[in-house]
Amino acid sequence: MTTRHAITAGFVPLLDSALLVVAREMGFAEEQAIDLTLLRERSWASIRDRLAVRHIDVAHILGPMPIAGNLGLNVPAPEMIVPMALGLGGNAVTVSPALWQAMAEHGATVDLDARTNGAALRKVIDARKGTPLRFGVVHAYSGHNYELRYWLAANGIDPDREIEVVVLPPPDMGDALAEDVIDGYCAGEPWNTFGVLRRGGHLATVKAAIWRSSPEKVLGVNARWGGTNPEAMAALLVALHQASLWCARPENYEALATLLAKPAYVGRDVELLLPALNGNLPVGGGAVQTISDFFVPNAKAATFPWKSHALWFYTQMVRWRQIEHTAERQRIAAETYRPDIYRAALKDLGIAMPSASAKVEGALTVATPVGSSGALTLGPDGFFDGGRFDPDDVEAYIASQSTG
Amino acid sequence: MKPSGLNVLVIDENRIRAAIIEEGLRDAGYDQVTVIDIMHGLARRIADLNPDVIVIDLENPNRDMLESMFQLSRAVKRPIAMFVDRSDEASIEAAVEAGVSAYIVDGLKQERVRPILKMAISRFNAFSRLNRELEETRGELENRKVIDRAKGLLMRSRGLSEDEAYALLRRTAMNQNRKIVEIAQSLVTAASLLDPGGTQ
Repeated sequence: MTTRHAITAGFVPLLDSALLVVAREMGFAEEQAIDLTLLRERSWASIRDRLAVRHIDVAHILGPMPIAGNLGLNVPAPEMIVPMALGLGGNAVTVSPALWQAMAEHGATVDLDARTNGAALRKVIDARKGTPLRFGVVHAYSGHNYELRYWLAANGIDPDREIEVVVLPPPDMGDALAEDVIDGYCAGEPWNTFGVLRRGGHLATVKAAIWRSSPEKVLGVNARWGGTNPEAMAALLVALHQASLWCARPENYEALATLLAKPAYVGRDVELLLPALNGNLPVGGGAVQTISDFFVPNAKAATFPWKSHALWFYTQMVRWRQIEHTAERQRIAAETYRPDIYRAALKDLGIAMPSASAKVEGALTVATPVGSSGALTLGPDGFFDGGRFDPDDVEAYIASQSTG
Repeated sequence: MKPSGLNVLVIDENRIRAAIIEEGLRDAGYDQVTVIDIMHGLARRIADLNPDVIVIDLENPNRDMLESMFQLSRAVKRPIAMFVDRSDEASIEAAVEAGVSAYIVDGLKQERVRPILKMAISRFNAFSRLNRELEETRGELENRKVIDRAKGLLMRSRGLSEDEAYALLRRTAMNQNRKIVEIAQSLVTAASLLDPGGTQ
């Protein structure tokens, strides 16, 4: 290889920055002749700002954020594209010991079932007087905000009237819970494991139970940089794909947790990072629950930037009144995610890739082999309430949720 | 033109930098300035203070919370928005470069806020410069201490004068193509391994 590429990537110290960290530390970036510099940031706002002024070219970013930026909701965002996802799942809902106790009295169980435990929360709210329960999320334009609200709404709880949803930095969630500032939160790892093991919290449910194999962080690319550096971007996608394979191997979990535990990356103990990787999550009170597909770095086309994921995020922006729906905005949302770039970059690797760019979300109740360029299994990807999202009928979905 | 009348909030965990910004604001005639350097209960305090302008360091992890007040929170009486001077892209770059960002109450005229951001940018830059110089000075002091200890070791163990000890360190450094401080550090480390407690 003759040309070397210099790429600067921003990341927030979270478990799902793993693909970028591994691409750099395990030599996958170097294999593609990439000098990958990683810049750690403490908020999504500064990730956005540094993308805007081109301090960074690409970033580990919340799936809905590039869409929000392209829709003008999040200034001063540059125009962005998403040519790859950085895995599926990885979040959980943690509640205070007092709220868990009350939920348990109303039938909540440690299997973290989204229906059972949501129904228990509904009953707690019915019995409660005074101020509404307060839940923390990490960002207004985040999978966390939308999945928490989806879970509440599908259990008959109005997240705007019966719950107060506030934004907090993830590292502060555990303390806020312990100090009764909030009653629960939806965050990524290691912050649920931290809340449970270090701050006495209890898991209520997990993202994988609310919507299995659902989108979370993505690779956000400054569109201007991507347009002028297509080879560098393609090389990075190859490196990240190799990194995703490495992250997915159980024999690497320990090494990955040790790597992420370094101060330069997540900077937290290995014991807080391992559960999300091996799926054995401490739920509280010493109990551990094994959750399949808690965080999926590679399987089930976990890095494929589905347009149906982009459109689902868009429908939730509309649902929670962050933006009003128009056909033009729907088009902008769909075009932010770029499976075409993903396919072109990885086509020579001979890996199984989806032949479609969008799918009906929630349609697969069991693991299903799909038509593609190789052997690929997708799903199960069901919403816990049996909901389905057909990306070809966005308006019907929006209408069904606005009346609900 | 007197700029006062604006209620300015400075949020910065770095107390010294916050004080420098506050002083700059007061010098420029802003007399309603509040500084928050403890992030605990920040949302509540912002709601209580109800500021017109917020200046916050870029690295502050609470920025996502602050920005969520645009839409999620019913706590603030007036919506706030990020200060983005669309006519001047360079000012965004200068702000990010300096490590500061600003938010204003929606509807506030940008001309009224621009001098605040400009002042904050220049003070943030001055603070970084100062910090860098301080680090360098601190580093030099540390280096000098290590070299002094290495000289002392050589003077005691080989009966050299101070000048001779320094010359030996320098010669060794030159021969090995390393810095004097590196040679001195190796010597101090080796001595403490050979004779724990004896080198101090």
